[in-house]
Amino acid sequence: MSIIEAKNLWKEYGRDVVLEDVHLRVAAGDFVTVVGASGCGKSTFLRMLLGEETPTRGTLLLDGAAMPEEPGPDRGVVFQKYSVFPHLTALGNVLLAEELEQANITARLLGRPRREAMARAQAMLERVGLADAADKYPSQLSGGMQQRLAIAQALMKNPRILLLDEPFGALDPGIRKDMHALILELWERLDITIFMVTHDLKEGFDLGTRLLVFDKTRVDPHAPNAYGATITYDIPLQQGLRSDDRLPAAVRAGLSSTPDEESA
Amino acid sequence: MKRLINQRPGRVLGAVLALLPFALVVLAYMAASAARLADNPGDKLLPSLMSMAEALVRLATEPSRRTGEILLWADTAASLARLLTGVAISMALALIVGTATGLIPYLRRSLSPFLAALAMIPPLSILPILFITFGVGELSKVVLIIFGILPFMMRDLQQRVEEIPGEQFVKAQTLGGSTWQILLRVAIPQTLPRLFDATRLALGAAWLFLIAAEAIAAEQGLGYRIFLVRRYLDMQTILPYVAWITLLAFSLDWLLRRVNHWLFPWYVTGRAK
Repeated sequence: MSIIEAKNLWKEYGRDVVLEDVHLRVAAGDFVTVVGASGCGKSTFLRMLLGEETPTRGTLLLDGAAMPEEPGPDRGVVFQKYSVFPHLTALGNVLLAEELEQANITARLLGRPRREAMARAQAMLERVGLADAADKYPSQLSGGMQQRLAIAQALMKNPRILLLDEPFGALDPGIRKDMHALILELWERLDITIFMVTHDLKEGFDLGTRLLVFDKTRVDPHAPNAYGATITYDIPLQQGLRSDDRLPAAVRAGLSSTPDEESA
Repeated sequence: MKRLINQRPGRVLGAVLALLPFALVVLAYMAASAARLADNPGDKLLPSLMSMAEALVRLATEPSRRTGEILLWADTAASLARLLTGVAISMALALIVGTATGLIPYLRRSLSPFLAALAMIPPLSILPILFITFGVGELSKVVLIIFGILPFMMRDLQQRVEEIPGEQFVKAQTLGGSTWQILLRVAIPQTLPRLFDATRLALGAAWLFLIAAEAIAAEQGLGYRIFLVRRYLDMQTILPYVAWITLLAFSLDWLLRRVNHWLFPWYVTGRAK
């Protein structure tokens, strides 16, 4: 059974159509990358998977049941920024997941449960390479370290799906390479489904097992929002065969908003 | 020659420049006082610095003949008790109501317009109502301070919660947080430093309302004293009292600023970025 299923999905804001007629089935364990020009609705689609937005029409299923209408612990998320809490140290950020789960009223742990939770949190920090930064506040961490922290925090709940919204978009190319290695390693080891929105086509090809392109099929020049975007390309990617030759040059040109990043 | 906007004073010169306006005011006062006293040694309007210092020492060390208390300390204790009670209650209420209305749309929808309207009422205009309702004792003065600063503080904190990026609330939900837990661990901790900032801004108004209330009805207090001795043109008492009130206000402000540094290191470093 597919973990995510969209059938004839539409999203409209008043008369503006953002997404139209989206059909999608995602199998558990897939690494789905989503690319598309700005404003093509790929982030809107991600927010629907998150439960922040609800479809206007059509069905969106999670494990065969209707998608919950609010975010929940089965779907972890990492945004481009603001993903971590500035008032907590790195350890505190990761620990928070355990504290929210175990202490309903106080949302704080004391004594032995706290020590055990801290050990687990520290282990998670080590896994993403932040063991030495446990006592630092996010503002003292570099952009890449903040995103590592956000990933560690999201993984503490063992989510079935990890949603990534341009998570590496603000990072330097070298740092981004390290992050790619980290996310691939975590994906392979933890057996989770990843849904990643990116504006970097090469990143989409390099990381995913499946690449989706969101684009508009119809455009009315007098009413740019009259028609929405849908999935125009759905490309299975196999190890070793990852290349963007399979997209027409015109599509590639439309997607790469920042061409210099592709060569990086 | 560098542009004026690029020139900065050194440490010593900077200190001199900072003290200069104070020194000028004191010198001008001394000159004016000396001129008046030369004309009329009994002049009460601009007493000499020496006579003010003597008056201050008397107020701070000698028990009053009428009550047996040392006036300056008794007045200070009475005023600070009123001020700090009012400010502390305002802080607690502002934190609870401000974060709750900032976080929960139903509460915000229901309370925001009401609080905005409440904030428009000039607090001093309801002072008679407070005196009638709560009597002329301590309660009415504390309530006046609360009424004067609470609406502003609540709205400030509500805005602060609304400024927290929505991503953080989504993230907290994906970590399994309930509304209560998110209020407790995300909204309130990030609003606390702002609470101390808002309190600093509100202190000026709090002093204003305190002194106004004391001037109208009190038996003790800094504001009561300066309005009492005004009848005798007792500038020797009024001027040192004003200086003392200023010093108290300055110290409270400094203390609140330090609290943010001590308690919320992430706030200061985060803001510097």
